Parts: sequence; C-alpha cells; structure tokens
Amino acid sequence: MAIKCKAKMKDGMVEVKALMKHAMETGLRKNSKTGEPIPAHHITEVVCMHNSSELFRCNMGPAISKNPYLSFTVSGPNVGDTLQLSYVDNMGETDSGEAVVK
Amino acid sequence: MKRREFNFRFASIAGLWAGIASGLIPVSALARWPTAAFDTETTEDAANALFGGSEMIETDAITFKTPDIAENGRVVPVNINVGLNNIEEVALMVPENPAPLVSTFVMSNQSNVAVGTRIKMGKTSPLVAVVKADGKVYTATSKEIKVTIGGCGG
Repeated sequence: MAIKCKAKMKDGMVEVKALMKHAMETGLRKNSKTGEPIPAHHITEVVCMHNSSELFRCNMGPAISKNPYLSFTVSGPNVGDTLQLSYVDNMGETDSGEAVVK
Repeated sequence: MKRREFNFRFASIAGLWAGIASGLIPVSALARWPTAAFDTETTEDAANALFGGSEMIETDAITFKTPDIAENGRVVPVNINVGLNNIEEVALMVPENPAPLVSTFVMSNQSNVAVGTRIKMGKTSPLVAVVKADGKVYTATSKEIKVTIGGCGG
C-alpha cells in the first residue's frame, strides 16, 4: 500500500502527482445498522522530502475525498532527483512512496 | 455543542492520544497540524487561526479550476493556481462545509504554484483560497460549485 506518485519537469517546475489509499472518515457518518458514529480517521499530513529537506507539506482535514489525490508544483529538484512522499493520519498510521523526477 | 460534533472531536482527540502513547506520531508533526484552524466554523475564524488576523487583500492572482456542477459532493476535483511570489502557505476552504477549512499547503518561498486535489462538499458553495505570500495575506473566492448530492455524511 505505497503512495503512488509521479514527478515530471515542466517549464522549469517539477509537477508532482500523488495518489494515496485511505478511507478518510470524517467522523460525521453513522453506521446504518447500529446508528453508532464511525470515528474520524483521516490523513493529517503529507510531506514531500528532497535531499532530506522538506519541500512541500499538505495539512489535510477530513474534507479531502476518500483515496486522496494531490498534485502540486515545486521548484528546486532537477531531472533524475528522487522525491520521497509520506503521510501520517490521526491514528498514527503512516505510508510512503518515492518518485524520480522525469 | 451538537452531539455529532462532540463525537467527532472526541474521536479525533482520542485517536491522537492513542498515537502519542504508542509513540507513532512524532510530536513535531502534531504541533504542526493546525488543530485550532480545522476546528473553526467560519472562513474568517479559520484564516485568523492560521494567519493571526492579518488584513486580507483581495487579489486576481489566485485562479481556480473547478467544475460548474459537482454531481457527487464526495469527490469534487479542484485546482488552484497562485501567481504570487514567495508563497509560504495556501489554505483552501469551503464556506458551506461544517468545518470550512479543507486543507493547507505549506511550502518554502515558492512562486507561481499550482495545487490540485479532490474534496468533499456538503452543499452548493464557492471555494475560498487564503494565501500567505511575501509576508502579506491574500484571498480570492471562486465561482459557485453546484452540488447535487452532498458528501459530508450524517
């Protein structure tokens, strides 16, 4: 269950696209059979690292859709560099992925 | 406080403490997640919690790419282009959602950035972006996105 990601050089900027697998429960929904609320379970932070420095960070709330898609542009990395992406959710679960800039 | 709100907050707090107790969440990561801003109920409060009440300047430099009609409020694709220099943080908000702050994008002094994601929307609403760049706070509002089926559950 790694983060799927791609990074592509475009007009001097690196365009990163990432797809994560996560339920992104808001905590507002109820179990239709028991009526019990389903606890919130969502990604809180996605970090993109380059050469062990933080390039970009996304603080996510529960209003991001299930299986989050994230795209962003950054300047700095060159073609051939590796970017590391990782997330942490509000229950402490983490996942990560890597992309080489093309 | 409404009961479902209470449940929602209690669940997030309980989850966080469980994470700390088991040592899974680094404390630095917790301190960075702007809990207060995500808990607010208006865009103004969220912006104040994030950017400390600085005066917000309306700008045309922030542009949105959004659908006119979102048939399913659970998955609404949005793109924001910010044509400013020295951008530090971009906050994305949906004023009509129970908690308007959707997400914030933090970067170190980037220029002309584009960010895109897919969001949940409870009902028809525009988007609001608040951007901190060059020490100033800028804001822009998108055209309305018509939502036919809400995506906030409950």
